[in-house]
Parts: sequence; C-alpha cells; structure tokens
Amino acid sequence: MSEGNGTGREFRVVGTRPIRHDGIDKVTGRARYGADIHLPGMLQGKVLRSPHAHARIVSIDVSEAAALAGVKAIVTGADLPEVRSSEEQSGESVTNARDLSANVLARDKVLYHGHAVAAVAATSAAVAEEALEKIRVEYEGLPPVLSVLDAMRDEAPILHPHLRTRGGEKSDRPTNVASVTVFERGDLEKGFAEAAEIVERTFDTAMVHQGYIEPHNAVAQVNPDGQATVWCSTQGSFEVRKLCAQILEMPLSRLRVVPAEIGGGFGGKTTIYLEPLAVMLAARSGHPVKLVMSRSDVLRATGPTSGSHIRMKMGATKGGRICAVDAWLAYEAGAFPGSPVMMGAMCLMGPFDVDHLRIRAYDVVVNRPKTAAYRAPGATNAAFASETVADELARRLGIDPFEFRLKNAAQEGTATAAGPKLRRVGCVELVEAARACAHAKAPLERTDGPRRRGRGFATGFWFNAGLQSSAVISLHPDGTASLVTGSPDIGGTRTSCAMIAAEELGLAALEVRPVVADTDSIGYTDVTGGSRVTMATGLAVYEAAQDVKRQLCERAARTWKVEPDQVRFEDGRVVPLTSGPEPLPLASLAKASAKTGGPIVGRATVNAQRANGPSFAGLLVDVEVDTETGRVDVTRCTVFQDAGRAIHPAYVEGQMQGGSAQGIGWALNEEYVYDEAGRLLNDGFLDYRMPVTLDLPMIEPVIIEVPNPGHPYGVRGVGEASIVPPPAAVANAIADATGVRMTTLPMSPPRVLAALREAGWRPSSSPQPSVA
Amino acid sequence: MRKLHVTAELNGEAVEFLCEPRQTLLEVLRDVLDHTGTKEGCATGDCGACSVLLDDRVVCSCLVLAPEVEGRKLQTVEGLADGDHLHPLQRKFLEHAALQCGICTPGFLVAAKALLDRNPDPSEAEVRYHLAGNLCRCTGYDKIVRAVLDAAAEMRG
Repeated sequence: MSEGNGTGREFRVVGTRPIRHDGIDKVTGRARYGADIHLPGMLQGKVLRSPHAHARIVSIDVSEAAALAGVKAIVTGADLPEVRSSEEQSGESVTNARDLSANVLARDKVLYHGHAVAAVAATSAAVAEEALEKIRVEYEGLPPVLSVLDAMRDEAPILHPHLRTRGGEKSDRPTNVASVTVFERGDLEKGFAEAAEIVERTFDTAMVHQGYIEPHNAVAQVNPDGQATVWCSTQGSFEVRKLCAQILEMPLSRLRVVPAEIGGGFGGKTTIYLEPLAVMLAARSGHPVKLVMSRSDVLRATGPTSGSHIRMKMGATKGGRICAVDAWLAYEAGAFPGSPVMMGAMCLMGPFDVDHLRIRAYDVVVNRPKTAAYRAPGATNAAFASETVADELARRLGIDPFEFRLKNAAQEGTATAAGPKLRRVGCVELVEAARACAHAKAPLERTDGPRRRGRGFATGFWFNAGLQSSAVISLHPDGTASLVTGSPDIGGTRTSCAMIAAEELGLAALEVRPVVADTDSIGYTDVTGGSRVTMATGLAVYEAAQDVKRQLCERAARTWKVEPDQVRFEDGRVVPLTSGPEPLPLASLAKASAKTGGPIVGRATVNAQRANGPSFAGLLVDVEVDTETGRVDVTRCTVFQDAGRAIHPAYVEGQMQGGSAQGIGWALNEEYVYDEAGRLLNDGFLDYRMPVTLDLPMIEPVIIEVPNPGHPYGVRGVGEASIVPPPAAVANAIADATGVRMTTLPMSPPRVLAALREAGWRPSSSPQPSVA
Repeated sequence: MRKLHVTAELNGEAVEFLCEPRQTLLEVLRDVLDHTGTKEGCATGDCGACSVLLDDRVVCSCLVLAPEVEGRKLQTVEGLADGDHLHPLQRKFLEHAALQCGICTPGFLVAAKALLDRNPDPSEAEVRYHLAGNLCRCTGYDKIVRAVLDAAAEMRG
C-alpha cells in the first residue's frame, strides 16, 4: 500500500489514457440526458417569465389559462410555502432558502427580466405555451438598477427592503449592498512607502454565462403516497434533493433525485430552477411532468457570473518585490445576495506573496439574474485586475514578467489573503515551466503594419474544494468490479475514479465499471464542483479499495487458516508473508467468495477538507491586434496547470483547454447586454457570442505535477484554475502589441478600437505611437 | 390540428410518421421517432447540437420543418456506426478524448462526417471552417479538431 502523496510510487493505471467508460454511449447517441427521458403519461411544462427587470406583481389571473383544454396544472409563487430566511452552506456556496424560493417563483416582486412568475403543465408543449399567453399578470413598474456602482448610490432603487449590509457599519437603512468583507494584513502605508513604482487602475468586467450547451431540464413523478422522483441535469443530486425539500417543505426522504447525463455545468448546475416546479406540477396533475428551458430562458434566468468593478493599487520595490496592494472589489450578485466577491478577494493575490495588503469586497444586488457558480467563481474578474497590474509593474521596472512573478511567487508557507498558510504548491514550478517552454522561447515576429503582434502571460489561483463523498466497490465473480459513486460526471471523472480503483486492486481501468447513482443508492455526496471529484470522490474510492483489500486479505487468511496479519495484498493478489501457499489472485478470491463469507463489497465515505490542495494555472498567448478594427485574434496559446498528479492526462488537458477557451471568450467577446429598462438584448447564441472553432488556435497543455501533500496520490483538482488567467494574459498581450492597457471586459473590437484611438493610434499609413 | 403523414429514409431504413405542420424535424426525431441522440441546445440554429444529414448535407434539424423531409434521406448519429463497428470518427473522438460532457458530440460527429465524405484530406483550417457552426463549451475544440484530422488520415489509409 502506498503512503504519502504518491511520490516515488510506480503507477500502473494512473497516468495512462484509457477510453472513457461512458464514451461509446456518448458517440453513438445512446447516452440519456435529462431531456431524453420520457415517461408514460408525461406532461410538458413551460414557465412564464417576467418581461420586466423590476416590478411589483399586482395580480396574477390564471383562470383563462386553466380553462384551456389540455392544461393540467398551474402554479404561481402563492403555491410555494413561505420559508424562513435561513442560510446554509451548500456545496461551495451559501444558499438562503427564502431567496432561493423567491428565485424559483417570484412573489410580490419580479427582480429581473426572465424571473419565473408561473408554470404550467399541459398535454403538449404547444398547449402549455398557449396557456402561458393566457395568464394575466398585472405589473406595477419599478425603476431597475443594473450596475454595482448605480446600485451602491444612496438614492438607488432598492431591490429588497429588508436587506441590511452584513459586515458593514450598523445601519437600519435599506441598501443593495448585501455584505462587505475586508482582508487586511501588514501596514499599507509602510508598504507603499517602499515602492519604486506604483500602478493604480480601475477595471470593469461584464456579466458572462457558463454557456453549457445543454439547457436545464427536469422530469418529476409524484406518487399518491407523496414519494417523488426527479430526473434532472445537475452537478449535485444531493444538493437538488436538499434544496427542493427545503423550499417545498417536504421530508428529504420523500424525494429521490436521479442524475441524468449532464451536458455541461461549469458551476451553473449546482442550484435548482425547474426541479421544484416539476415536483409541484406533477403532484397537482397526477402525471409525470417534464420541463426543459429554452436557450433564452437559460441566458435570462440562470447562472451568469458577476460583472464587476475593481480598483487596484499595487506597488513594487526597485528589486521587483510587490510591497503593497490596496484593492476594492464590487461584484454583481444578481437579484439576490451571493456573488462570489469574497472568493475573488481571496484569490486576487493568490499567486503572489504579499506582506502588506488590504482588500475590500462588496456583494451588491442588481436587477439581473441571480448569479451562480462559474468555474473558479470570482477569481477571473479579480485576476484580470491583479495580473495586468503586476505585468505593468514588471515592465515599468524593466523586469521580465516571468522573473517578476518568480520574485513574488506564492509557495509553501505563503499566507493567503484570508490568513491560512499554503502547504506545498506548484506556483514556482509552473512559472518556471512557462518561461522554459517552446512557446516562450519562440521569437515573436513583430510587424509595423496595421496588425500588431504581442505576447502575454498571466497566472491564476484557485482553492479547490474537498467536501464529502461516498464510494462503493463490489467485486464480481469474474474478477472485475463495479464502482458506485454519487458524483455526476461532466468531464471524465467516472473514468478517473475507476482508474484509482483499478490501480489499487490490480485491475485494468476497463475492468472497473463506474456508475453514478441516485440519492437513494449511494451515501451523501457533495456537488461535482470545486474541482473536487477526482480528488475527493477519488479519495473515497481509494479508501473503498483499501476496504476491499482488507476483506480480500481476510478471505485469503481464512482459506489458508492463518491470521490476516500474515498476508498482504500486492499486485492484484493476496500473498502470504511467509513461504507457503501460492498467492491468491483477486479473481479467485472473488469467485470463491460464497465459500469464504459472502460477496466482497468495499465502502468508504470521506470529508476531504484536509486532503484538499489548491491549484495554480498559467496562460501564455500570442495575439494579433487589428489596429484598424480593434479585432484581437489569439494566434498561439499554451496553458499550464499544477495538477498535483494527473490521473487521466487527456481529461486533465481537456479541463485546461476548456477553461482556457471559456476564459478567452470572456476576454474577447462574451457579455450580457441590457437595454436601459433592464431587458437582456442578447438572449441567444447568435448574439451571446461564445468562441467557435475559428476563434481559437490549438491550445497546448503543459501539466505540472507538484503532488498535493494531503492526498494519497498527490491529486489536486484541475477543473477550474485554467479559466482564471486568460483575460489578463490576453490584455497583457494586447499591451505588448500596442502599448495600450485594456481595463474593460470583454475586449471586443469596439472597446479595443476606442482604447487604441484614445492612445493616439490612427487609421493606417499615419505615424503610430511607439510601443512602450 | 390535422396531422401530416410523412415518409422518409432514416439511417437507411424507411420510416413514416405523423406530425403537425409546425413541428420541426428535431422534435419529430426526438419525440416521435425516439431518436434522442440528436440534441437541442438552442432551437435557433446557432449551436449545431441538432446537426443531421439531409440528403448528405448538414442541416440544423431545429430549422427544418418535419414535413419538408418527405421522400428525403436522413442520417443521424445513431446511423454512424455500422453495427458493432464504430465509424472511424467515433473511434477517434474516443481515442483523442474529444468529448467531455458529450452533449455536442453527436452534432460534431455528423458535421465532421459530412466534411470527410466530401473532402477526405482537409487541412486544420478547413476542419475549423467546416465545424464553425457547432458549439462546444467543454473542450476548446483542440482535441475535436485533432480527432477529425486523425480520422481523415486513417480513412485515407
């Protein structure tokens, strides 16, 4: 058995690239996603959404809709129980049950364009849609507030009359500022006094969406005894169970949640929207009910992550040490409190070791959809500020940006913003790998024409999460195994978990069949999020495999009539410690298990908080800036990440490439565009412009492995950190190409062009400003 | 509403179905013909998850009205494999780990097949151009493009 973090261990399965277990189902169209589920007698549901960003609901009249032939049930906010305001940690974030309920169906007020107002179940989608048109809602319009700065003004329209600032000065005045968090250390004045250079800039970033291709969906069936089953696309089936039970005030045990295959989530499928509506409609109609969102519903009413306003002041000594940081961050929470601003504040200086800092973080409600987690929530906005200011400081001091980062790199013992010190991390190794890679060494051909080339680098930090997981491994008589977990598989975690079981048990990866089970069939398991599944569920799998091995040793000992401590498990078989009988392979013991005590089933549950290990990522990009149009093309891209240990390198690379692509979309194109009345103007994929094949080059992945000291293999989560560096890396490359520092996301052609013009760039053939 | 009777060829088999005039090909494939391999991501022709071949041309089935396929030939992801033998594109997608969540995969496979049927030796730029109508949010496209190029190379022999 291995000890420690896997250093020096020779792995047999870990680090290989087997075909994923669910692969054939997914390339043949057999995989069953939520929208593919069909039950006998099933009705179709639709949701009526607010056309206003902010309005009081005066009345809702459903009588005409209810009278329509084929309409079987209608629910409005009045049908939901009035749950108390209560906050509870759920997965990575905190959820307030009252807010969640009011987001699922609006009560007295609608708070954003697309806020759900009523839901209908009917014999067909067409009938349900017709019914929506017959629901009469009388609204009394209220002025909307759309940006954090507007929402923080004294005279701003108030979203929630009961809201008071948490962590702020005591006041009984209603406000849109839900909380203030301050991280402070050292002596700012002293720190800035040491500075040879100080850079101070203000940043604005747009609200963006996770952009999973599969819209939210839910199917519910409620039996006459009140027992309900929900099939849905979720990152956390236990989370869906808990949140639904909470806002529907039903016992947890009455609800079984079956996770369907999930078509992407990126954090956005860690809460509930349709699930409780499906349960209510199914209960009222006596039929199974299916609800599927349209793309417009998804963009208007689910998960975006915060737009933000950030002020950043950073000083560095002549020698290139960052001596002080003063930052002010305000994030859009959407319609209810709970933006990731605190996590942004905690990650802001993650890759750096800073003695004197103050970070103030404001969570601000605005008339936009309630934000949900999005890949390293909060960190990308923050890194856009800190990583571009750090790059500018390095250049002003005449220090190579890699060297500057190494002089300030976070390492073992570095205090994080919130205080706790880091264990062994791979930030230094990552920057060194970036500096040494072929891309960094390749000369950049600069031109004097209208298309200017530049290169930029940025890093990013993400905590990762531990949380709770369960795993069960059953041996089959043919010497193979099944593995049951409760972690919905978005990016290949079924296979990485099966590989861990295979590694421990001496099996091939494909001899372990992984199954993602429903909430009645496996122990509690937190969300697939926080980059935690391969690390934490993987840890449960590792422990369950130890349980199997213990049982195999007992069975062999019983067979040989020796004490269990006289045998050990090695290379897929039990061997006696002293000379004697021939070793017994796992397959023989599994086949004979009926005679030695019955089936062999190993199980384990973990709370993996202590095993967690944060991850760093880096992105090196070359860009070409068309100075006549403002268009920016990424022409070369290399992504770096400390994976601790890559279980299935191809899927680790996939996470790194996918995060980079999302980050580049965030950098260059993606943004929520609202009109003055607060209506979302780009609620489709045509105008909410995510990167397509033509927008990206190949994305070269470089995996760094600095083992996580808390995990038996050294695994760190890999799902999130890679989205953090791209906007800053692209901005740094634009600055390298043109000398212009972009401070607004997205860096879309009109914004880049305006910035170039402001810096004195003219249409071609005129003399251009020199690039610093 | 009175339904229309439509006959067509689906993955080499004759099919007939009843549909309302307003129903899309995507709805009929998924809800009437039980071919749920074709996915809906947007219903506005922007994401390509519902790509199918209609008389060997890639179309977004969400933009085709079901009655329009009368007498025509349809191919979906379910028809790519030849019995137990995966199409080289399907195999290469697996070998290259060119899918994560898998929701866009059927659309990419169908679109890529249409490309390779016409151009057995595409350049990277041609692959990217041809697949620009298919959105993937998980992979950053790198492994998808490599899988298609590798499948093309294998099919050329």
